Amino acid sequence: MSRAALLLTGLLAVALVFPWLAGGYALSVGTLILYFAYTSQSWNVMMGFAGQLSLGHALYVGIGAYAAGALFYHFGIGPWAGLPLAVALAALAGVVIACLAFRFGVSGVYFALLTIAFAEFTRIGFDHVSWTGGPGGMFLKVEQRDSIDLVHLRGPPALYYYVMLALTAGALALCSRLLGSRAGYYWRAIRENEEAAQALGINVFRWKVLAMAISAGMTAISGVFFAFYNNSLFPEQVFNTGRSIEIVLGSVIGGVGTLFGPIFGAAVFTLLSEGATEALRAVGWEIPGSKGVVYGVVLLLVIVFLPQGIWPPLARRLGIR
Amino acid sequence: MTALLRASGLSKSFRGLKAVANASFEVAEGQVSALIGPNGAGKTTVFNLIAGVYAPDTGTIHFQGRPIHGLRPDQICAAGIGRTFQLVKPFPALSVLDNVIVGALRVERTVAAARGAAHAVLRKLGLEARANDPAATLTLSDRKRLEVARALATRPRLLLLDEVMAGLRPTECDQLVEAFRGLHRAEGLTILLIEHVMRAVMALAQHIAVLDRGAVIARGTPDEVVRDMAVVQCYLGEDTEI
Repeated sequence: MSRAALLLTGLLAVALVFPWLAGGYALSVGTLILYFAYTSQSWNVMMGFAGQLSLGHALYVGIGAYAAGALFYHFGIGPWAGLPLAVALAALAGVVIACLAFRFGVSGVYFALLTIAFAEFTRIGFDHVSWTGGPGGMFLKVEQRDSIDLVHLRGPPALYYYVMLALTAGALALCSRLLGSRAGYYWRAIRENEEAAQALGINVFRWKVLAMAISAGMTAISGVFFAFYNNSLFPEQVFNTGRSIEIVLGSVIGGVGTLFGPIFGAAVFTLLSEGATEALRAVGWEIPGSKGVVYGVVLLLVIVFLPQGIWPPLARRLGIR
Repeated sequence: MTALLRASGLSKSFRGLKAVANASFEVAEGQVSALIGPNGAGKTTVFNLIAGVYAPDTGTIHFQGRPIHGLRPDQICAAGIGRTFQLVKPFPALSVLDNVIVGALRVERTVAAARGAAHAVLRKLGLEARANDPAATLTLSDRKRLEVARALATRPRLLLLDEVMAGLRPTECDQLVEAFRGLHRAEGLTILLIEHVMRAVMALAQHIAVLDRGAVIARGTPDEVVRDMAVVQCYLGEDTEI
């Protein structure tokens, strides 16, 4: 068994037994970690693999959340039926943005700005859609929380934890497959040097659009989860640029372009920010925005001391290539 | 001998500066041809016109009888023309092997097959020992080899080499010349080189075209061109770097 497989088995074992050992609060933090690990893994396809910086991934979370949420709210259609629609809509949005940007040679920070702009005007747009509740939000009915109802994604907190664990494991497996495939080689070539990639016969435009479609579609699945976990959706909260930044943080702290980076990064920054908030509360200082300060400090430390993220040096230490 | 590549009446201007002016030349199948000329003669522009980086303002380029002017670089590659870059452009974070696999994937169906093909190309160019190192760690000489390996992995009918000897020490230059000779002999690969280093041009090329101020002013075998060049130098009264 390779060391990577050993580490993976260990992590999975810990993650599987965690709900039995953890209390309600710890379980919600665990779910949050997995949520960020999953979304960051999805974002990583775009930035880490294909080298295209998106700072508007909250858009795809929101599209997924609102698509599945609205189907449930208006027609009582469960999340699993809503899922394909959510993925298709988000992938379509990703393709439209990617086509607009890449057809006209928009790249780098300008592409990042464009992704923010799309998320922002979608947020403002949803404020005016009364069908989804407008700025007042959309609330999904919560009938029961005692027994497990997988079909309607209703049940105790541990259910959500395990669903998110399955999604995170699935995303890891998918990304690992992608990275070793033709797409993975082409994306990394484009990331490293677009001109050289094109000279080797790669249709750069097409592969970048594909990266965006996959990344957006994957992200939308976390949106569906978000809708049924939170049971309330507000444009202001779902499409907020802050949400997009949180998605980015896991990969940046853990290691952009690596497979394990988003998972470790999400764990580190969630634990630190939750820990700091709790610690402040314990001493009686409940300072609004303290979370943001923690994000900032962690990011600063990582950029200064571990510019490649936490995972690459850790992997070397563990002897994993 | 038939022409694999035929360029006729090529012109390209950049904001009023005529970089290439009515240039015509041919590359014969199975030959090593060279395009030489002083700095600013338009060599690299001609190269970029062939490789699809720019579309010509006027003129046509035919490859295997098919028009290819105005195609994108990836379409040019798919048509069977491989290129290197004068300023090397490796994929620095990828291993040497992975760099070449990207090229091999143009013709191979699976990553496993591409890996096998990439190993074979690396052996040919003497880079096998560095296969698992990141491309960023290579010396300039090895990076130039990597450029060639990556282009070769796409299995081109015509290989375009842009100043591949520039910046190399004479011994490194000779080693690379040997490598190209081997490729040419073993596989009958057609090569068009753009080169400043006359030592390499004289050792490799069977046909030379001389470019000056965007136009072809002389062409022929190396011997003919060198004789011609002497005349040209007298006439122009400048150092044309021979």
